[in-house]
Amino acid sequence: MTGQVNVSVQTGDFDPAGLQRALLEAGPGAGAVASFTGLVRGREGDGRLEWMELEHYPGMTEASLEQIATEALERWSLGAVSVVHRVGRLLPGDHIVWVGTCSRHRQDAFAACEFIMDYLKTRAPLWKKENWGDGQRWVEARGSDELRADRWRTSQKGSRD
Amino acid sequence: MIRVLFFARLREQLDCSRLELSAAEPTLTVQGLRRQLMGRGDAWRVALANENLICAVNQQVVVADQDIADGDEVAFYPPVTGG
Repeated sequence: MTGQVNVSVQTGDFDPAGLQRALLEAGPGAGAVASFTGLVRGREGDGRLEWMELEHYPGMTEASLEQIATEALERWSLGAVSVVHRVGRLLPGDHIVWVGTCSRHRQDAFAACEFIMDYLKTRAPLWKKENWGDGQRWVEARGSDELRADRWRTSQKGSRD
Repeated sequence: MIRVLFFARLREQLDCSRLELSAAEPTLTVQGLRRQLMGRGDAWRVALANENLICAVNQQVVVADQDIADGDEVAFYPPVTGG
């Protein structure tokens, strides 16, 4: 495990292009970069979201993201990993999360990026509250997210060729 | 002294984000602390009965029989929904 890990939990917005440049500087020699950007969905059927609020556990959220990123570095051959998650009040279309991974070959970057998102969604202490105009409600955890994360327990580690 | 933190919906149900308790029992477990907190009133009894709650000690997720020592930070929170 030699790759670099960058983790940030922040209220401010981020620039995916800038984060990708920084990722590639941290992991030079990469032949592949995979990234995921999560956004605030503004519509659900006829409903329109007014805002979303993300609560976190200061200290543990950062540590948990670092742990997940480090686990990815142990499982796949990666040059660098970066995870940025926003907290506080967000509006429809706003960025929520960015995960970037770079590697020599695409398989490692792809798999590690998906692994990090699946683990982040089921392990990192972050909670969403939404206001759809008819009041505020906490988002319920989904069993399907738990199942997605479980797949990584049994699946083979990434190809290194 | 044990610091106890509550997050998200649980924090709202309890109307409490943090507590400081003196470590009266030398062999307190997470489950024991939970039972103790449930004695604080109806809202506490109902909210802390939720079996889906997660507990962390010193920012690491633990199981119910985990021991708690003086100076520990204990957190209870609902299933997470970030990402």
